[in-house]
Amino acid sequence: MKSQTLFAIAALSVAACATTKVNMSTMAPSPDPRVGLRAGWMDAAEAAWNIHLVSTTPPSPDFINRSTPCDFQFINSDMSFTGPYVIQGNFSGVQVWDITNPKAPRLHKAFVCPGSQSDVSVYRKLLFVSGEALNGRIDCGVQGVMDTVSHDRLRGIRIFDITDIANPRHITDVQTCRGSHTHTVVTSPSDTANVYIYVSGSAPVRSPNELAGCSGAPPDSNPNSALFRIEVIQVPLAHPEQARIVNSPRIFQDLVAPAHHGEAPEDIAAAAKAAAEARASGGFTATRNGVEVVLGPRFVTFRLDSIVKARGGTGTPTAADTATLRANTQNIVDLIVNPPSRRPGPPPGPTQCHDITVYPAIGLAGGACGGYGLLLDIRDVANPKRIGAVADSNFSFWHSATFNNDGTKVLFTDEWGGGLQPRCRVTDKPEWGADAIFTIAGATMTFQSYYKLPAPQTPNENCVAHNGTLIPIPGRDIMVQGWYQGGISIFDWTDPAHPREIAFFDRGPMDSTKLVGAGSWSAYWYNGYIVSSEIARGLDIFELQPSGFISQNEIDAAKLVHFEYLNAQDQPKLVWPASFVVARAYLDQLARSNGLAPGKLAAARSSLARAEKLSGPARHDALAQLATQLKSDSQGGAPQLVVNGQEQGRAADLAKVRTLVTAVADLADAAR
Amino acid sequence: MKTTFLVIIATAACASAAGRQETLPPAAKADGGRPSYTSADVHFVAGMIGHHAQAIQMAGWAPSHGASPAMRVLCERIVVAQTDEIAFAQRWLRERNEVVPPADPRGHVMPGMDHPMLMPGMLTPEQMAQLDAARGREFDRLFLTFMIQHHQGALTMVAQLLAAPGAAQDGPVFRFAADVNADQTTEIDRMTRMLDDFKRSAQ
Repeated sequence: MKSQTLFAIAALSVAACATTKVNMSTMAPSPDPRVGLRAGWMDAAEAAWNIHLVSTTPPSPDFINRSTPCDFQFINSDMSFTGPYVIQGNFSGVQVWDITNPKAPRLHKAFVCPGSQSDVSVYRKLLFVSGEALNGRIDCGVQGVMDTVSHDRLRGIRIFDITDIANPRHITDVQTCRGSHTHTVVTSPSDTANVYIYVSGSAPVRSPNELAGCSGAPPDSNPNSALFRIEVIQVPLAHPEQARIVNSPRIFQDLVAPAHHGEAPEDIAAAAKAAAEARASGGFTATRNGVEVVLGPRFVTFRLDSIVKARGGTGTPTAADTATLRANTQNIVDLIVNPPSRRPGPPPGPTQCHDITVYPAIGLAGGACGGYGLLLDIRDVANPKRIGAVADSNFSFWHSATFNNDGTKVLFTDEWGGGLQPRCRVTDKPEWGADAIFTIAGATMTFQSYYKLPAPQTPNENCVAHNGTLIPIPGRDIMVQGWYQGGISIFDWTDPAHPREIAFFDRGPMDSTKLVGAGSWSAYWYNGYIVSSEIARGLDIFELQPSGFISQNEIDAAKLVHFEYLNAQDQPKLVWPASFVVARAYLDQLARSNGLAPGKLAAARSSLARAEKLSGPARHDALAQLATQLKSDSQGGAPQLVVNGQEQGRAADLAKVRTLVTAVADLADAAR
Repeated sequence: MKTTFLVIIATAACASAAGRQETLPPAAKADGGRPSYTSADVHFVAGMIGHHAQAIQMAGWAPSHGASPAMRVLCERIVVAQTDEIAFAQRWLRERNEVVPPADPRGHVMPGMDHPMLMPGMLTPEQMAQLDAARGREFDRLFLTFMIQHHQGALTMVAQLLAAPGAAQDGPVFRFAADVNADQTTEIDRMTRMLDDFKRSAQ
């Protein structure tokens, strides 16, 4: 009762604030209001910029221990969406929220079934839940599993039928050797009878007495080792009870150290200087792991002698011998660095992935695996193949991936410290525990920049890069991301070398005296709203506000993208319907970048407004005329400046005008 | 408590949001039947304090012992990461009224014992002296060799924990053990590669 009174007061207070003026500035607020926020559980102070908190809904009664802030067994984890429902994982089970009214989400179903992390996905009438911890039980009991070996234990994927989402029906479990830390539902455009699940398990391998065939030994000693592989589960849609592991691809096989960005700058400078000096004085150099190194006298003398011997000669090597060696130096070094025969001991490379994001529309997946970011070809869904890899000496633990909508960029996160540590302090480096943005050309990923939450957090707030999705604003790469107690950050990475924060939300720490885990596990855009799973505080729902960075038209265009369901790690291709608001969003972007002369812009806006008032052939003709006009505007003849696959400056503006022409032409077609 | 909250709502409403459906947690919820922690959990968490303390001391030598810049990056990250994990371990023990051992780089200090106990993979006093005496490239080589040994010991500790009946049913302990397992496996891979590079460049 009391809470309802309070709710009424809160609602009234907010209604009074609804008239707050929209801030169109492109200056970030200074000083940063995220610094110094008052601590608290449900009453921590909040700071928001260009985003509005619509509602906060505390966990349902079975998923909160009201005497212990952030009781570990009630951690809210990742989310999945279907229709009006948010399915929120929790270390103790799953909560289903109906967000038809985002101001007042209703608990639709909560079912207790312990076993972290309860990573969740949906596909049609199926719900998949990850289990990794040792206390997870097949029968969903809360008593844990005390025996070291037990057939009551569940580590793997639980599968439920959610035809009636209020009464999930358990279908089967697929047990795996390392359990399932995360999983990714993968749909195959060519195999519609099945859905697939890539299982990532980073916990230790369990005993073969518990699950036959499990081995934590290196593949050298046991070819069936559960290390150095992922699991692919096939779920027949007509018979989900027959779900089973169909492949355990060793996607790390022969993974050689890729050229990695981010060697210490002093090392790079010193190596470059030494190499230049050596070359100038006739020395031998070669590129190793992306760095040019000088080859020592032993390397040179030994090989020159071999060349002399090979031609049956003796004595001092000739100039021809030196030239032969010089021509072959790089090949020799490559053979040393990546010997064809396996060395003794376990193969190098990661033993597992933490998470895999698939983008079936472009046939690619981004695997965040140990010390590597992998690019996988998933056109044959059951047989993912590694086609590219990157490492980065500033990255500790590759955690997850997000592609931009065009598939020309990929953003990897580094969950340095596993999410429970405070890694956004003033003392923590901006390139550690951050996002790394790469451009993709074919199978090659090229590093562009890091993005890290710009506001420092206290030592009492766990904070590191975590889960997010794209916000479907046409023509731009905008992402929302959860940073645990660092809050939520929305940033623009259209220019991959210069990502920029454009909105944020943050709360004060749970406790001002010690670290108590909480914060946004994941923040995803779903059908017009940003939904965030707050580890300790429940479910937050936000709405974007127009600002100097994002116009109302762009927000309205984003809201046109409608998902029937969403699994963030099964990235959907964003497609916008023909719409006036999409065309206006592009015009707003051209206005922001001065990409079209003010007069032409104003003319286009009024033509568009006029056309919208017309109908039928009259509308078609008006739009066709506008498209023709814009097309001639776009033929400015500026040189095509392309850097790292990205059009720059004037070229980007002209490309945007051409996109606008297409949008207007589509509208014209729709009016026919 | 309620009164306080009302005041907060009144003052903070404009800065915050609509739709608060509930207020502060009113009462403790009974928590019957859930598993607690075991002595194996306590031993793991407490033992990791001394284990990490030694890694921090080793990595802390990098600047003064002429380590290469790349090695200093690695060491700095180890210092930050393991300092935070010691804080977690101490917090976990303190909140359960268990003995909180000091972060002693010589090993796990247990009540009633004269000498700190070396946890798996920890360097002997002789190995520590050897590392402390090394400089430059020799420090880099020894550091990688010893830290790989040290990290492998941490993986052994995780394996021992999971082999103990009833262990790691406690959420934070399982998470901590799984993080140590994942992070240190990744770091062993990274250090193995660095050591391989090191050996090749010495050829």
